[in-house]
Amino acid sequence: MDSPFISFRQVVKRFGPLTVVDHLDLDITRGEFIALLGPSGSGKTTLLMMLAGFEQATSGSIEVGGVRVDGLPPHKRNMGVVFQNYALFPHMSVRDNIAFPLKMRNTPKAEIATRVARVLDMVKLSAMAERKPAQLSGGQQQRVALARALVFEPQVVLMDEPLGALDKKLREQMQLDIRDLHRRLGLTIVFVTHDQDEALTMSDRIAVFNHGRIEQIGTPREIYELPRTPFVAEFIGETNLLSCKVEEQAGETVRLTTDGGLTLSAHAGAAGIDGGKVRVSIRPEAIRINDHAAATANRLTARILDAVYFGDHMRLVASVGEQRLIIKGDRTSEAAEVGREVALSFAASDVWVVGSCDQTSATA
Amino acid sequence: MRPLPIIKLIFASFVVIFLLGPLVAVLPLSLTDSVFLNYPISGYSTRWFKELVTAESWRLSIVNSLLIGSGTTVLATLLGTLAALGLRGKRASLLVSTLRTVFLLPMVVPAVVLGVGMQLMFARYGLTNTYLGVIIAHTVVAVPFVLVNVSSALQGVDVRLEQAAASLGAAPPTVLFSVTLPIALPGIISGALFAFATSLDEVVLTLFVAGPNQRTLARQMFATIRENISPAIVSAAAVFIVGTIVLSLAMLAIRRRMA
Ligand SMILES: Nc1ncnc2c1ncn2[C@@H]1O[C@H](COP(=O)(O)OP(=O)(O)OP(=O)(O)O)[C@@H](O)[C@H]1O
Ligand SMILES: [Mg+2]
Repeated sequence: MDSPFISFRQVVKRFGPLTVVDHLDLDITRGEFIALLGPSGSGKTTLLMMLAGFEQATSGSIEVGGVRVDGLPPHKRNMGVVFQNYALFPHMSVRDNIAFPLKMRNTPKAEIATRVARVLDMVKLSAMAERKPAQLSGGQQQRVALARALVFEPQVVLMDEPLGALDKKLREQMQLDIRDLHRRLGLTIVFVTHDQDEALTMSDRIAVFNHGRIEQIGTPREIYELPRTPFVAEFIGETNLLSCKVEEQAGETVRLTTDGGLTLSAHAGAAGIDGGKVRVSIRPEAIRINDHAAATANRLTARILDAVYFGDHMRLVASVGEQRLIIKGDRTSEAAEVGREVALSFAASDVWVVGSCDQTSATA
Repeated sequence: MRPLPIIKLIFASFVVIFLLGPLVAVLPLSLTDSVFLNYPISGYSTRWFKELVTAESWRLSIVNSLLIGSGTTVLATLLGTLAALGLRGKRASLLVSTLRTVFLLPMVVPAVVLGVGMQLMFARYGLTNTYLGVIIAHTVVAVPFVLVNVSSALQGVDVRLEQAAASLGAAPPTVLFSVTLPIALPGIISGALFAFATSLDEVVLTLFVAGPNQRTLARQMFATIRENISPAIVSAAAVFIVGTIVLSLAMLAIRRRMA
């Protein structure tokens, strides 16, 4: 990897007694699309505001391109910011909104006109240039905000839940558009969201926030498939979290007994095992139903308690003795009938250790 | 019909009658052709309106009112807007709430008390019997209206708009002039109109600090009532009322357009 373009070093932010960002380290590479994902109040916006210069870190340092920016006021940071509510200037037309950052940079009139026209074309809003923001739909306003943040070719674009207010269809369209712009312009994008699908589909890397710390940072695949903590496993996608006792360990494979009394073969996970009690995560889609051919390490007999139709899949709840498991089933599955007895099977590598139990109480 | 709407209706009618009754009662007298201010009206004429513009004392007072009103509007709008900007978004500290109260105090302090104080103070600085003195006096009572209007307008300015402007490269003064103030403009304009109306209406302070040369329309009406109750007073009142209505409509129109 190149040397980091943006780097947070031991950054702390307190509001009075409340520690919102807690000794955080984060490196972002030039041209990277990084998503900050986490529950409400975990400090994502605060981190973004510190990067943009609207908040001062209580301690620690923030560098961009090798230069400390802590003391630099927002208007000298050259970062495009897209706010959740778009923050378009209501008294200016779309054109004037987009021209604003160029006027601030004393760009010649003719050049402003061509650049605004180009960017309007890019976000497909050329026909709306003379309208006021209030006369645009949510998605169009969003695109104006994006155009305004991009037109001055900033070194970084910060986006704080920019798609939160859009409906699903439009959101997906915008996700593709932003992704596309990122690729074409080689932008460095820091993208705050609490929508896990958005983070998974759009970003190069995801930083999962919890209580002002980064619980885990990695590619979407790493975050989803190799979670290091129960929090990450639960926050990204749905999962079954089980508390287990470690019976024996042989390399990567461990034998466990769940609190519900099941014996499972599991993978030791990314964080490694320390202590006699661990938590494991089993993804609902990893569990197969009545698949007798597959040679898998874990086989259980279960009874279906509940089945909900989701269009492309069935969400099943099964009980194995005391233990309940959520299963993502085939939508045509004949097993999807409440009260049926079924055989469940899943690989040892799908039972993923996500930390010891003592650790859980600290992060929960 | 349920009782509540009926009660509301009755109550509202009473309010309207009490507020507008006196005006409706007196206005027709502005068109009387007699020299006495009473009903029945024997004949109609516009002689009292003509009197307003021809008689030296009335004409001067109208010019004075416009002059002093304009001066007050400019000064009060400037000061009130600055105060509102200064007090904006501050945490409720003792200093801030004290300052805010001080700015709003002229609204509640009896004008007579203010007037006495001003007369003494203005005398020291040679401001009595000057236009500037009257403008300053009027500004004191007009600033609270500007402050209240502009403060509420500024509350409607999302700080994220200003942050957005800053992130796009605008230095703080540019943010103020290109984002904050334009968005708060309707509030500033209605504050200014309030300031103008306050100045037009002011009598007590004017009595204390103005000399014969700064006789305003309101003051002139006041004096005329004591000397000779001429229907010109009602004509002046009619001018006032029409002026006020025009101002209010202007205010509404501006709010509409800016909203
Ligand atoms: N100016 C402030 N003063 C005091 N507390 C603040 C301030 N700004 C944020 N906080 C607190 O800091 C915490 C983190 O806020 P932040 O806005 O960073 O969360 P977030 O991760 O962006 O959440 P969300 O997903 O809801 O936007 C919250 O508990 C919030 O109440
Ligand atoms: Mg936030």
